[in-house]
Amino acid sequence: MPALAQNEAVPAFKTVDSIEARVQGCVTCHGQSGQGTNNGYFPRIAGKPAGYLYNQLVAFRDGTRQYPPMNYLVAYLPNAYLREMAEYFAKLRPPFSAKEPAPADAAILERGKVIATTGDPGKGIPPCIACHGARLTGMNPGIPGLVGLHAAYITAQLTRWRVGSRHADDPDCMKRVVSRLSEADIAAVAAWLAVQDPPSDSSPESSNLVRMPLACGSQS
Amino acid sequence: MTGARIVIAVVVLAAAAVVAWILLRPGELPRTGVPAPVTNATTQYLSRGEYLARAGDCVACHTTPTGKPFAGGRAMPTPFGNLYVPNITPDDETGIGKWTADEFYRMMHTGISRDGALLYPAMPFASYTKVTREDCDAIYAYLMSVPPVHQKNRPHELRFPFNKRELLVGWRALYFNEGEYVPDSSQSAQWNRGAYLVEGLGHCAMCHTAINRLGGSSESQAFEGGMIPNQNWYAPSLTSNREAGLADWSEKDIVDLLQVGVSKRATVYGPMAEVVYNSLQYLTDEDVAAMAVYLKSLPKRDAEPQPTSQARLVGPEILETGRKVYETQCAMCHGAEGKGNPPQFPPLAGNQSITMSSPVNSIRMVLNGGYSPGTRKNPRPHGMPPFAHILNDAQVAAVITYIRVAWNNTGTPVMPAQSSELRTLLPE
Repeated sequence: MPALAQNEAVPAFKTVDSIEARVQGCVTCHGQSGQGTNNGYFPRIAGKPAGYLYNQLVAFRDGTRQYPPMNYLVAYLPNAYLREMAEYFAKLRPPFSAKEPAPADAAILERGKVIATTGDPGKGIPPCIACHGARLTGMNPGIPGLVGLHAAYITAQLTRWRVGSRHADDPDCMKRVVSRLSEADIAAVAAWLAVQDPPSDSSPESSNLVRMPLACGSQS
Repeated sequence: MTGARIVIAVVVLAAAAVVAWILLRPGELPRTGVPAPVTNATTQYLSRGEYLARAGDCVACHTTPTGKPFAGGRAMPTPFGNLYVPNITPDDETGIGKWTADEFYRMMHTGISRDGALLYPAMPFASYTKVTREDCDAIYAYLMSVPPVHQKNRPHELRFPFNKRELLVGWRALYFNEGEYVPDSSQSAQWNRGAYLVEGLGHCAMCHTAINRLGGSSESQAFEGGMIPNQNWYAPSLTSNREAGLADWSEKDIVDLLQVGVSKRATVYGPMAEVVYNSLQYLTDEDVAAMAVYLKSLPKRDAEPQPTSQARLVGPEILETGRKVYETQCAMCHGAEGKGNPPQFPPLAGNQSITMSSPVNSIRMVLNGGYSPGTRKNPRPHGMPPFAHILNDAQVAAVITYIRVAWNNTGTPVMPAQSSELRTLLPE
């Protein structure tokens, strides 16, 4: 375990009466600034749209998104506070951690790149960048950035969507996309996304600057 | 002319006096322009029913996290199988819409449903039997006023023989004493109000009295603590000063813990966080103070002696491992000397919940972390992160052993196997 990543997952703050001190409950998994840790299953949350982060916190609290450690942690927190936490992490722009090593198979990466950047019209798969932004930094208010996430996390989330255990507000556009992806597609796109260079500006795109190929409840 | 001048002068003086009187009236608060709400008798009665329903925390069991209030459907796992909590909205077909106030009172008071079925004691009628008819009627009126939800009750899934309600006759003979709360005339009105709330609607004994293998709790062991079935948290004794006995606490700290969720001495997590979030935070200052007065007066039963120095022996290498983990991971919030930064970060030194004989809650906190509930008086609580993915069982046991014996704490060592056992359970 690299020393740096470990230190960033240790509680630290300047003043007790601050939002920084209040979110220490998040840091051992998501890092001091929400940059993520070297554990593949914990996502970077810094810089993701506040609306997206808020939706996830509410879904964890109410059990509509299931992950017992998160369900337990936020079970008794009111909306206004979850909103404040979401807005705090949405504003942070910590540096990206080192990329994961690329998988050996170039064909897998190529397939992943196609899905992410051009999609697969034959299978009705829109490209990731159509909604998650040209720089993969997400779109306000409700679409998450994908850059800086681990392949294990992306694979797990897409798989959960496929089996129906994760969902978004109706119309659930991600469900429509995932239903068209094979397991191999999911592995390929996760592998490609995990090795992309972070952009210099990791801010999400403005809301609905572009028209999205599918209607998404989280953008309405 | 002079006469007219005098009249004008008198009028001006009178006007000035009126203005001065309006501006300088003693004891008047500045007006905000919002007329005081006029509540009629019905509104007041329903609000009282709502308040009492909160004191009874009905919503915690009778509502699913995303469901309509009081529509039931929530699974309640028990050692005997799953119970499914019923719909108590006033829907005529699937709820309690056709119940009369008499039938509702009989259910609360005796644990017998409208159709004559004996209720399982997951419904805390052994506590609710102490609730007065007047209060039951107000709760009934409130429940009749909420939106009816058409949602059929799901049948319970209990194993044989527990699926035979007739057997509850035996349980009732052993553990159920019917009867409204009888005030103790030797105690103050405040104490009696507290006792009424704690023993009745608060149904504190449901968790804070050990539950035996038949799912019963014995009155002779009232508030002596116990594991909460199927939640794997330990509800500490409210009578032992080695656990959560409150005799040594200030009334303010007790009130804060119950109503705010944090205090200078301790913080609520887990199932108690639920109780504070859904119920206690809404109670009036007077009612929580009454509960504190009563809890503080519970008889001390230090049945359990201090652990011997032999029992408290810890190997130096384990203590050193624990100290190192503490310095790296814990000291930032809980302080090098375990004093914490109360109320935001609870103290560990001199904290009964750290040193009590069951280490279950401490282990759970280290593994899973926790946030105290967001309440009206503490809407933005501080929280502790999980360490399950950072510390192995030996480290978890060592650091908890360390905080149980450091700074003159009088706890006993914890074994890695105890951490391992709790690690396999999902946090809840």
